[in-house]
Amino acid sequence: MAEVQLAHYLGFLHRSQLDLARAFREVGEGHAEEADIFHISGTLAEQCDRHAEKLQPFAERYGEEEAEEPDRLHSELFKGTREGPIGLLRDLHDLYLMAAEVDVSWTLVAQAAQGARDAELLEVVEGCEEETATQMAWLKSRMKEAAPQALVVA
Amino acid sequence: MVDRIADPWGERTPYGAGEPWPVRVDTFLDGGLAPEDVERWVQAASILHSNGDGLDIAVKDGRIVGVRGRADDRVNHGRVDPKDLYGWQANNSPDRLTRPLLRSGGELREVDWETAMDALVARSKELLDGPGGWGRFGFYTSGQLFLEDYYTLGVLGKAGLGTPHMDGNTRLCTATAGATLKASFGTDGQPGSYADVDHCDALALWGHNVAETQTVLWMRMLDRRAGPDPPRMLAVDPRPTPVAREADVHLAVRNGTNQALTNGLIRELIDNGWIDEPYVKAHTMGFEELEGTVDPYTPEKVAEICGVEARQVREAAELLGTCERLFSTVLQGFYQSNQATAAGCGVNDIHLLRGMIGRPGCGLCQMNGQPTAQNTRETGANGDLPGFRNWDNESHIEELAEVWNVEVEKIPHWAPPTHAMQIFRYAEQGSIELLWISATNPAVSLPELSRVREILAKDDLFVVVQDLFMTETAALADLVLPAATWGEKTGTFTNVDRTVHLSEKAVDPPGEAKADLEIFLDYARRMDFRDRDGEPLVKWSDPEGAFEAWKECSRGRPCDYTGMTYEKLRRGPVQWPCNEEHPEGTERLYTDADFNTYPDFSETFGHDLTTGAAQTEDEYRAKEPEGRAFLHAIPYRPSPEVPSEEHPLLLTTGRTVFHFHTRTKTGRAPQLDAAAPDVWVEVHPGDAAPLGIAEGDEVQVSSPRGALVAKARLSGIRPGVVFVPFHYGSWDTGSARVRAANELTITAWDPVSKQPLFKIGAVRLDRIGAGDGEPAPAPTNTASAPVGDGVPATAGGERAEATSRVGG
Repeated sequence: MAEVQLAHYLGFLHRSQLDLARAFREVGEGHAEEADIFHISGTLAEQCDRHAEKLQPFAERYGEEEAEEPDRLHSELFKGTREGPIGLLRDLHDLYLMAAEVDVSWTLVAQAAQGARDAELLEVVEGCEEETATQMAWLKSRMKEAAPQALVVA
Repeated sequence: MVDRIADPWGERTPYGAGEPWPVRVDTFLDGGLAPEDVERWVQAASILHSNGDGLDIAVKDGRIVGVRGRADDRVNHGRVDPKDLYGWQANNSPDRLTRPLLRSGGELREVDWETAMDALVARSKELLDGPGGWGRFGFYTSGQLFLEDYYTLGVLGKAGLGTPHMDGNTRLCTATAGATLKASFGTDGQPGSYADVDHCDALALWGHNVAETQTVLWMRMLDRRAGPDPPRMLAVDPRPTPVAREADVHLAVRNGTNQALTNGLIRELIDNGWIDEPYVKAHTMGFEELEGTVDPYTPEKVAEICGVEARQVREAAELLGTCERLFSTVLQGFYQSNQATAAGCGVNDIHLLRGMIGRPGCGLCQMNGQPTAQNTRETGANGDLPGFRNWDNESHIEELAEVWNVEVEKIPHWAPPTHAMQIFRYAEQGSIELLWISATNPAVSLPELSRVREILAKDDLFVVVQDLFMTETAALADLVLPAATWGEKTGTFTNVDRTVHLSEKAVDPPGEAKADLEIFLDYARRMDFRDRDGEPLVKWSDPEGAFEAWKECSRGRPCDYTGMTYEKLRRGPVQWPCNEEHPEGTERLYTDADFNTYPDFSETFGHDLTTGAAQTEDEYRAKEPEGRAFLHAIPYRPSPEVPSEEHPLLLTTGRTVFHFHTRTKTGRAPQLDAAAPDVWVEVHPGDAAPLGIAEGDEVQVSSPRGALVAKARLSGIRPGVVFVPFHYGSWDTGSARVRAANELTITAWDPVSKQPLFKIGAVRLDRIGAGDGEPAPAPTNTASAPVGDGVPATAGGERAEATSRVGG
């Protein structure tokens, strides 16, 4: 049934958000000497947790038992923090790709929500999607600032 | 005679709405001298705060012997702040630096200028050689040099070395002012004028203890309050400042909760229909989103978050919502606190919603703290580009390249200029290897000092310090350059309400000390910076030449100086923009509600206020702002550090009326020094009692970063909050005693303005002992007033006697 496939995506998105929350926390703590990274990563990790919470009721709505996800949908990106200016850049780069995965998932879930005529889900997606986009914009801004010093000077 | 230590604000000269503020000329001369003994009076302006008061320097026998307010100056009408009245004595201090010092064998040793500059230039050339050489330089300047100094520094940094690593200590003080003005109105530049005090029927002071930071502006407000039809007044401050005591409504909010307050006030304005709907519709963007964001912030919710009564929130909203002409000022209580840029924008929102911008009495000033902070921002010596240009707008960079005659690629613009905290981080990591600090003292003024000292002491970091005295920072330098100061050099500076003053050289600097401009010019010459035609990059050789060059750079921008000359400024101060269209300057901006948000003109393409994420040009253009101002609101979020079981109290750091910054000048003026000779900690009696702390007891204040010991002042501060003034370092203690407030503060900053959060640390308090039985060395006539009896009143005595003549 088609809705089971939506359940897959919701489950995947839910898990991606929790993964991203954990990764934000790890990067923040791993680079705690970069005070802005530490504080903002903490804020964004909480945002991701909230997104996951908001998805929970819909995961239940579209599939009592969480469908097993195809392996290919699970992020293999982030494996612990690295050190130094290049390490920071690589970690932020990973976070960006993980956030991008979340971002495109919101788009697909939003499409599905329209197809399913599920206004409630669509409303949740629209709120969260915007925050994910901002997370990506922040990561990109921060990487752009750091890259010349890390890659050319240090 | 008036003792301006005992009475910092002097005699009242009441006046009514729309009337001229009466003249009162304040004078202080060296012991026993009368005005007729003075040989020359030299035109200048105030240097120990941001107000920009016009004054004359008295000279006798080649020495500065006093100051007198300028009766015809639009800013002060003759009045002088007590810091300026007495602070000039520091110029004559016997411990001024008079020769360069170079570290060798671990010691700073006197050398001649040739040797000093050779060392600096040799190191610079070595670092600049090879790819990424630009990234090995960092500049940390001030809010206390002159416009000509900053502009020259900006040009040699951006178009000579090609480095983005340049910032000012303005990052600690006014970065949020600039950030909120850009976010709301498109560019920096204060909409209001001090003359709005003359016309307003309501005053709102947001985290701004104007009575102690800009005393002359406070005198103007007090004179309106003492006259007929006085303005109503709102104060937001956790301390019982003179402003809070005078106010009709005082909100002593919990530190770090300003955003909840502004959200709540905006909600009340909307809820009660106290908004100018046609104005909002025609001239702003983002109302629906704003309305949605503030909706949950009922007075009850605000009361709970901010720790005030819901009734007070309603009273404040009514004051703001029912007045006809509102003048607001904002300062460190907002700028150095949690969600700084967002909360500052909240105040801008209130004025936009009420349509109260650009008319007499309707204005706001996002205040500065230092005399020339505005110039640091204008000239791009602080993390902005010259002329309020947008680093992300290619055509703005082309304009700069044209003015400087260099290739566009020479000017770093791949990201915003690097902010101070990041410059120190790069130095800590070792990628910045030369750090040039001018006219500021980060070893006392930056957060988390133990870390700052470690950075400055690093072997692989060449630290250059350009200053007047052997500051705590200079003591850690590898090269110390002795500089001239106010009264010893000529230049212009611009105050909060865009008023430009010329400050002329009155006397020679001591020994071999040189004007800052001369030092920067010498460096540029020795480094042989060239433009694209092979001509010298820096084409001027004196202050007036620098000013003329700056005028070209400012042409067509909001801070347009092209209509000014030194000659014109000698006839009196002028407010920018001053150009062909406005030859006499401009009193208020946005009189027609046409804001600087046009994409081709704006200083920014905007940021997300929660994270600081930059918006792209396309995103910004898609909004089609076209002269409309932006309304901004984000939800309140608790501070990055909140009280815990181990650190149960909130720490706020700040100022007293008698000192400026790290006391390099005010600590050397005997009257000011004696009024507040040592650090103290303010604590509420309710917090003191369970710990057994009485007035004058020695207490230890500790945070996760460090600790200091100070005497306790039992004051009317908000319960749960302690205050420590940030002025006190170690240059005059002659001991290892730790007493700087910034030993305690957290390394954290606002995501947009990058201003450090000095107002929200968590600390614990422990009683050490009774001490010597004397009360805390805190003033009694300021926010530090004691709650109990028995503390002798602050007074300056005979040596502080000044004259004050109403009417001129």
